[in-house]
Order: sequence, then C-alpha cells, then structure tokens
Amino acid sequence: MAHWLFQEEHEMLRKSVRSWVEKEIKPYVEQWEEQGEFPRQLFKRAGELGFLGLTYPEEYGGSGEDYLAGAVFFEELARCGSAGVAAGLGASMAIAAPQIYKFGSEELKQRFLVPTITGEKIGALGITEPNAGSDVASIATTARDDGDCYVVNGSKMFITNGVRADYVVTAVKTDPAAGHKGISLLVIEKGTPGFGVAKKLEKLGWNASDTGELYFEDCRVPKANLVGQENAGFYYIMKNFAWERLVMALQAVAASQLALEEAIKYAQQRVQFGKPLSKFQVTRHKLADMASLIETARSLTYYALSLFVAGEDADTAVAMAKIYACETANKVTDEAVQIHGGYGYMMEYPVQRYWRDARIGTIGGGTTEIMKEIIVKKMIK
Amino acid sequence: MKILVCLKQTFDTEAKIVLDENGKIERQGVSLIMNPYDEFAVEEALRLKENQGEGEVTVISVGGQQTQDALRQALAMGADKAVLVDPGDVELDEYSTATILAKVISGMEYDIILGGFRAIDDGSAQVAGRVAEILNIPVVNMITKLEVADGKAVATREIEGGSEVVEVPLPAVLTAQKGLNEPRYPSMKGIMKAKKKPMQKMTLADVGLEEGQIAPKVKAISFSLPEPRKAGKIIPGEPAEAARELARLLREEAKVV
Repeated sequence: MAHWLFQEEHEMLRKSVRSWVEKEIKPYVEQWEEQGEFPRQLFKRAGELGFLGLTYPEEYGGSGEDYLAGAVFFEELARCGSAGVAAGLGASMAIAAPQIYKFGSEELKQRFLVPTITGEKIGALGITEPNAGSDVASIATTARDDGDCYVVNGSKMFITNGVRADYVVTAVKTDPAAGHKGISLLVIEKGTPGFGVAKKLEKLGWNASDTGELYFEDCRVPKANLVGQENAGFYYIMKNFAWERLVMALQAVAASQLALEEAIKYAQQRVQFGKPLSKFQVTRHKLADMASLIETARSLTYYALSLFVAGEDADTAVAMAKIYACETANKVTDEAVQIHGGYGYMMEYPVQRYWRDARIGTIGGGTTEIMKEIIVKKMIK
Repeated sequence: MKILVCLKQTFDTEAKIVLDENGKIERQGVSLIMNPYDEFAVEEALRLKENQGEGEVTVISVGGQQTQDALRQALAMGADKAVLVDPGDVELDEYSTATILAKVISGMEYDIILGGFRAIDDGSAQVAGRVAEILNIPVVNMITKLEVADGKAVATREIEGGSEVVEVPLPAVLTAQKGLNEPRYPSMKGIMKAKKKPMQKMTLADVGLEEGQIAPKVKAISFSLPEPRKAGKIIPGEPAEAARELARLLREEAKVV
C-alpha cells in the first residue's frame, strides 16, 4: 500500500527507478566501491532516463518541479545498497544545481543546469573548508574584485564529486569583514587556471563516490559566474538546505529498511542452538524495535516532506527528520551487524557497508547538533 | 503503420505463489507486473514506430480493472492508446482470451500484431497463435529480430540449436522471445503523458460477445506446488575418503552416475 503522500504517477516512477537500480546499479556496486567511484556514464544514463530532471521545469529539460518524484528517486536509489552512488548523483542534482536553478542567471542555467539535467556535466557544491564546517560564516576562501573577474584564493574540504566535477558552486568571501553577510557563490569550472584538486580523500564509507580537497590559487573567475547577488550566498545556501536534508533523511530511512531486510533474511537462515535466530525472542524483539524505529523515522520524514512540497515552513520538521532518520540509520545498521554476528564484521556481507555508509548521516549536510540548534531557535526566540 | 500489442498482467517474477484453502492460487496481496515477454513486444512496437517515423501503437489486454496498471505502463513507455476488455467474473482459458482479443482486433485497423511468446504465469504460449488463427493471418513465434518494409516482415526466430530467418506478408502476428530488445523504463515525462492518453474500457457486451461464446474448453482440476528443496548433505572426513563416499552416494542413492 502506497503512502498517501504519493500519487499514482509517483508509484509508477518508483517501479521505473527500482528496475533501473536492480539492473544497472546493484550488480556493479561491489566493483564501484572497490574502485572508489562509479562510472561517469551513470550520470548520463540517469539524465537520459529523465531522473536528474525530476525536480526541474521542462524548459531546462526537466519533467516538472516535482519534489515528491525527486523523493521517490532518492528513496529507490538508496536501495542499491551503496550510499556513495546516491551521494554522487545527489550532490550534482540536488545540492549543486539547485543553487543555479533558483538563484543563477539565465546564462548560468543554460551553461550548467541544462547539462546537469542531461547528465553531461557533473556538479559539486563547495562550502566546507579545513577550518570551517558547521560555522559556515567563518569560511576563509576569498574572492577579490578585479575588473571583470574575481580572483579566488583558498581551499575547500570534503567536497562530494570534487575530484571529477565539471563545475563547483563555491562559497567565497566577497566581503571578508561582513561575516555571513559577505559570502557569495561562484561557479568555478574545471580547468580554470589556479583551480585544482589537492587530493582525493579516503573515507570510512560512501566509497563509490569521490570526495575531494580543492584549492584555488589566484584563480580568475569571470563575474558572469556569480550566482545571484553578491554577498547573498549565505542566504542561498540556507535556502536549499531543507531539500538536501530531506534527501538525506529519505535515504537514511531507505537504507535502514534495507539493513532490516538483510537482518531478517540472515536471522531466518542462521541456525544456532538448534533453531534459526529468527525463532529466538531476543532477535524477534530486536527486529520489532528496528522496524518501529524505521516506521517512526519514515512518518516524520514524510511529514517534513509534505510541509516542504506544500511550500510551508518546513525547517523545524526537516531538522527533526534529519536527526531522527540519520540516528535511526546508525542504530538500525548497528543492530543489523549485531544480528549477523561475526559475519556482520566481514567485508563479504553487505551489512558492514550499510553500517559504514550510515555513519556520515549525522555529520554531513549539517550535524545533529546544528539541527538541534535550528529546532530550539524556533522554540526560544 | 498501425501496430497492436496484446499484453497480459501477471504475477511479479519474485512473487511467492501459495494455494488457498480451496487449492486455488492465492491472488491477494501479490504484486502484479506486465508479463516480461509482452514488455519486449511493447518495446519492439515502439521501436518499429520510431524507425518508420510514423504510426500508432495500441495495447490491448483482457483482464480485471487492476490490469489498467499494466496498460498504463505501456502507455508510459510510449504506446498511444490502450484497450481493456473486462469480461467480469468468469473463468477463462486460452481459447476464451484469444476469442475476445480476436473479436476486438477484427473491429480495428492493423498492420502488425505483437505479443510475448508466452506469459510467465500459466506459460501455455497459445493465445497469440490462436488470435492469428481466428483472424486468418500468419504467425511467427519466438522472434529475436524484426524488420518491416514494403508490406512484409522479416523476422529471425529461435529454432532448436540455431536460428531461422523468415518472411511473412503483413498483417501478421509475431511473438517476442527474450533477446529481441531491452525494454525502456517509463520516464516521468512518459508517465505524466500516459495519464492523458485514451484508455478504452469494454465489457463482453461492448465487444459483441456473450458468455456462452467464450466458455473455456479446458478446465484446471488442481494445482500443486513443487516439493520444497531438501537441505544439502556435507560429507565429512579426509578428502580422498569423502570423495569415495560421494561417488558411492551418487551411484547408490542418487543413482546419477
């Protein structure tokens, strides 16, 4: 039974994405995890099938601004069992491109949004720096005004798709004295002199996606690449966080569900003391607890999603959903490993990957602690 | 070019089949899909239309109201129109289904009729052939390649140990085998367009048939599920000894060597 939030067309889309994931992603996940990235071709394929355009209007090659369709896409993508694949596609479609779509000039949209939707270009969003994570206002990358260009200096850290992105929507200080009111967003293209990848980072999880450390040395960026208004970048970043966090919550729920299914399967097969683990009350109750946590996380996430698609203030609900869903993923994948016992600790069982992949959820896209600040700020003015 | 595709809604390939207390197949709660062989047929119809640069693809099914889901999927893939004949709560066999389909089709314009060579549920592989027989047109089964030009179809079909290329005048019925193509996934645009495409729903009376005319000629008496697979056996001991024991068991118990 489909959830009331989704229409018939969303359930049809779900089937499409599910069979695509089943046929064209799942069989290759192990290989991509080992290689440390999935093929660039997957962006093109997702674009060709219209998946990267689900949340964009037709004039840019999308199928309509349908965030429920986007939600379905990310939920089903999570079922491939490698969160890195979803992270890579998501960073381009749901994190980098929205800044250009919502705030960028028509020229920027034609140059970057359209090819992101077709999958020909890969995007990344560069905010975090070695010394600026949760405290976005403290970023130190500067962009000095120099005629028709900005001259950018600084570095960016933990940038998903950073290594192979064709463009990075980069947060820079255009007015270093003005704190968060001095931040702007610049689209910096691969190959721009002075822009380079310092290194590809090694991670605990999300191994099928590339994560880079980037540097800018007297990198000249044309003023036409400024997204929206100068010094309005902080506001733009905050604006898209709701969707990014919703995507993370949706994927956390889907990944938890996958871990639960894997645990159930194993509990039914594994025989100890003469009967399958699934016949022991201790396992049964564990599974019931896991399922209840997931259902609660799903309900809260769908509630936040419903506010978001209705255009209402969703910030509090989204923050709650992100905390709850991502914390749930940590708990549920941990229990799934526990149920698997020694085999759960072995690389040949996928459950270890679910556990590793889940761990970033309470850190990336705004930590659980920052989410709590958002919630409490609305309660105590 | 008018292309018709006959399709059936079947159980999901991953569905667990169980029998109810009357020994009939339990249909409740089973997820349903378009028969995968029919999906090849739909895809081939769309490619044919695309290659010809013009044409119309109509998908036809016999089934209950839930069969609209399978038809809707074909529309979302790109078919132009759908026709559903809901015969109501009656028993059908291959004869009944083919009679209904042929009757509907005889009132339509068509150059070519496609379908899966069999359905994955009852797997009788009869309906398409029967439709061709009633319509008095040629049928080519299990095709893996199709080319259409100048009122003729040239198809490659599987035969034992190889393949055969055949030519038939159109109109004709051709049935799809795995390997014919790789069906497309419905895109969101296709799904949204499908909502506005015509879905004609007909009853037996609308088709011009009475229940008596489609009374099944074959009756299923009983169903049974395969024996559950038995657990494997591990032969312990030194390799040489274990191998000897294995050979003995294969000869004396399994009687396979």
